[in-house]
Amino acid sequence: MSVQTTDYVASDIRSPASFVASRVFIYGALAFWAFICLFPIYWTITTSFKTAVDVTQGHLIPFVDFQPDWKGWRSLGLSPDSIFQTSTVRDEFLKRFMNSVITSVGASSLAIVIGSLAAYGLTRYRYHFAWFKNEDISFFFLSQLILPPVVLALPFLVLYREVGLLDTRVGLILLYTLMVLPIVIWIMRDQFNSIPVELEEAALVDGLSIWGAFFRIVMPIALPGIVAAFILAMVLCWNEYFFAALLTSTDAKTIPVMVASQTGSQGINWWSMAALATAAIAPLAVIGIALERYLIMGMTAGAVK
Amino acid sequence: MADQTSTATQWPADAAPHDLIPPGRKRLGWALMAIATLGLLATIVLQILYKTEVDAIGFETWRPVVYAYVAWGVAIGIGQVLTRGEDGQRALFLLPALLFTIAMVIFPTLFGFYIALTDWNLSSFSGRRFNGLDNFWQMLADPYYRNALFNMVLYVLAVLVEYVIAFGLALLLNAQIRARKFFRVVFLMPLMLSPVAVSWMIGKSLMEYRFGPAATLARHLGWEDPAFFSNPITARIAIMVLDAWTFIPFMMIMLLAGLQAMSREVLEAARVDGATAWQTFWQVTFPLMLPVSVTAVILRIIFKLKLADIIITVTSGGPGGATDSVSSFIYREYRDRSNVGYGTMLAMAYLVIIVVFVTWLLKFASRFVRNVN
Repeated sequence: MSVQTTDYVASDIRSPASFVASRVFIYGALAFWAFICLFPIYWTITTSFKTAVDVTQGHLIPFVDFQPDWKGWRSLGLSPDSIFQTSTVRDEFLKRFMNSVITSVGASSLAIVIGSLAAYGLTRYRYHFAWFKNEDISFFFLSQLILPPVVLALPFLVLYREVGLLDTRVGLILLYTLMVLPIVIWIMRDQFNSIPVELEEAALVDGLSIWGAFFRIVMPIALPGIVAAFILAMVLCWNEYFFAALLTSTDAKTIPVMVASQTGSQGINWWSMAALATAAIAPLAVIGIALERYLIMGMTAGAVK
Repeated sequence: MADQTSTATQWPADAAPHDLIPPGRKRLGWALMAIATLGLLATIVLQILYKTEVDAIGFETWRPVVYAYVAWGVAIGIGQVLTRGEDGQRALFLLPALLFTIAMVIFPTLFGFYIALTDWNLSSFSGRRFNGLDNFWQMLADPYYRNALFNMVLYVLAVLVEYVIAFGLALLLNAQIRARKFFRVVFLMPLMLSPVAVSWMIGKSLMEYRFGPAATLARHLGWEDPAFFSNPITARIAIMVLDAWTFIPFMMIMLLAGLQAMSREVLEAARVDGATAWQTFWQVTFPLMLPVSVTAVILRIIFKLKLADIIITVTSGGPGGATDSVSSFIYREYRDRSNVGYGTMLAMAYLVIIVVFVTWLLKFASRFVRNVN
């Protein structure tokens, strides 16, 4: 999405006073919403450096209100003084973290592969599967978006037990792939539609096969769309809780399940919860800042003609 | 699969004629597909016989059937290329996604409809027992399920408020401002965060009764007893706020894209005609944004219908089921009572309701957009 500056506001000036008023209002509103978005994050990060007293007295600003302490991070085994010692909590955390990484990267990759193949086929060829035409097949894929996880969760619980996929990463990867596949197909269809067919025609004339043209010509051009779809899929898989909570118990538990299981116990250790929450959201926060362009591209695919 | 014919009518114009493929290769392809299908069927039958203890040969789990299905899919793919040449290669683009989705959706859903008709408690030893429509009648009499459905209506209605806020934010970001990219990244941030972590960050700590900053602020504003989650109405509102906080950026980004795609000439013309900013918005911007708005709201509603994780982690449905969504209610039905049969019946009923509702919504929306424009 290209960012254009629509500067019709500037020419709208009727009087300097109303101009100033509108500026104040706009920046005031922006600052207010920025505060709403950032304060919970700020609160979580600072709380991970608080001790019990600082929490109960509601101190907010580090170094002014309270002296930061590594307490929360020490309980996770991630503070400077405990990082080189053995820590069961840290091992547990890293295991969950790796589970999250493997399942979300695995599912996103699988969804990208089969999703972009299908999207390419659907944008370039006419299919007839029995009485299903292209539009019906597209609708079939996209309609999976409506399916709530809860409908599949219990049947899958039973089926996974039967095929021995319960509490495995592979089982989660398959389900997450299913979950993000409609979105990937949606984005990639939009992407392939924007690539002129003439490019592939020229490649075919030059002697490439259908698949050769797809891999050598189309894929490189569609790369931004692939990145966008991949990142959006990553975000959804990383944050997924429902399936993970039902279908994993010890081996394949992911980060959200670990976070949720901590909140369940009463007498919460605020500092360690805050540290855990910070660690759970940090990877995606970094991705969000660094690759915001692609995220927006993915979310707006097909929305604006 | 045999009656599948994919003919490239659009592009490229010259598809490879079928008769260029030597008959031997065709026969090989047909044989391969036939063998694979027989193999898959044989594995399934063998396994069924083993599980029903008719014969002694078989596998411990059903996993070999999964492998057989994958092998069958590969064989079908190769067979397509062998028998139909370039047409087969084209079908190959679609086959993996299609076979995957069918295996992962159609079969479990059908299986789910069967489970829904059984009395099956995973924690009891009696195993599953077919009990017809008993679960269905029980569901109709279940006040908690009705309450959860009613809550879903409230939660879906909250989307309209989210839409107004998101539209406002999109307009702000589209105005002539400095540091637009900074604000966009900041506004997008909540969407990136895991709802479970958000539940803790906001629901369990910011809104904490004793010393959460939100509770402190509420006390300063004159609310004597800011227990957000003990009163059904405030608890529902708190859940809506939490969910809105995470998902407003989603609608905002779509609306922003719509605003930026709008042609500037139209706005210019409105101003030349002497329209005020207020008039310009209602007469020009809003109608032009209607298609994007409808898409954003419908997508948001679809996501809203899946709402579960925030409720499970913050209130677990409390107080007294007041905040339950359908998903969180079924989740607890399973977690607390291991009641797979009844839970599945609830889920399947919900699926039917959702499909009817979303179909109606799509029809209504397309007619609405057509009438206004």
